[in-house]
Amino acid sequence: MAAVRPKHLVLILAREFAENLATPTLITDERGVLVFYNEAADEIFGRSFAEAGETPLEDWATQYSPRSVEDDQALPLDRRPTGIALRERQPAHERFRITGLDGVVREVEVTAFPLFAHQDELVGSVTIFWRA
Amino acid sequence: MRLKIWGCRGSLPTPGIETVRYGGNTSCVEVAFDDGGVLVLDAGTGIRELGAELVRRGVRRLNLLLTHLHLDHLEGLRFFGPLWDEGVSVDIWGPPSPVSSLRDRISRAFSPPLFPLDLRDVPAGVTFHDVPRTPWELGDATVSASLVVHPGSTVGYRIETSGASLAYLPDHEPALVGGVAGKTLDWISGGAIAEGVDLLLHDSQYFEDEYPQYVGWGHSSVADAVAYADAVGARRLVLFHHEPLHDDDSLDRLEARARELAGRNGDGPTLAREGMVLELP
Repeated sequence: MAAVRPKHLVLILAREFAENLATPTLITDERGVLVFYNEAADEIFGRSFAEAGETPLEDWATQYSPRSVEDDQALPLDRRPTGIALRERQPAHERFRITGLDGVVREVEVTAFPLFAHQDELVGSVTIFWRA
Repeated sequence: MRLKIWGCRGSLPTPGIETVRYGGNTSCVEVAFDDGGVLVLDAGTGIRELGAELVRRGVRRLNLLLTHLHLDHLEGLRFFGPLWDEGVSVDIWGPPSPVSSLRDRISRAFSPPLFPLDLRDVPAGVTFHDVPRTPWELGDATVSASLVVHPGSTVGYRIETSGASLAYLPDHEPALVGGVAGKTLDWISGGAIAEGVDLLLHDSQYFEDEYPQYVGWGHSSVADAVAYADAVGARRLVLFHHEPLHDDDSLDRLEARARELAGRNGDGPTLAREGMVLELP
């Protein structure tokens, strides 16, 4: 079994921030692995983070079928805010549709931004979900 | 590995008859290795006397690891004897900053109106390094640094030889990020550097009933320090960074409280004292 990677202090601080927010918030590390989402996000995703566990974000997101609000087609990767934040190291915002594990279709607005520790040291991202 | 505590007071030097047993000098620890190498942790006022000792011993090359640049960890540097000897080389390691170099930040303490001389006037060969993101070798030791919870950019250190390990987190407030209860080690501030060490030197500035007045100041209660040591699996805990308002009798009570919390006596937590020597296998 692979050793668990220590979390950068910035991710630890971000998690504490998220845990105290009523706004659904998700955190990834710099590799794009989902490392945490808060209780407020449980309702959107249909299950708790304790049940979901750490997993690559793209694998995890597939379960929710993110789709364009314009044509209900799969949202391309280059429009997914968290991926943009990590790949392009810049903030991103998008409105799209997901289907929770509870079967409910929801429209969400999503803002993601990269987390830098020192200068060019990318350590992860924060993604915030706004009810559309 | 052999440690000597040259200063363990927090925040402000506290000389006087009420602090003679634990000492009033601020943070400084000497780490000596079997190969004769010397590594110094922090440059609080305790470093002045250590410097005089190193000059007497004829040490010509050493490494100084700074956890951060708050004055109680830096103010002794200007009076560190080896700096004023052109035959000495000193490598100074410290936390990175996104805006200025370690040298530039330290040079503020070596300039008017705080000090009459400039860093350029220091005759020793001084080299400044931001701590690397991955472990690095200093003589026989492997050193790791990790950012930890304390205002400003602050690191804790792990120092490891083939036979012993030490973690030094003199200023640390893990309670500010929810403490350690129920958390896996990867989510604990400094967990990677403190995991399973033979000796943990950790902040324990306050009694539990004092801590609520100082939340966010960057320091721990004795209960949080004991819980932290337990969570990271440290074999021995030495409590550090004593509150200036605590006299010797208060600190005796703090040590007793730590042992009560840890549920041990003989090999339970101890408080750092100036002059204390700790031998690691």
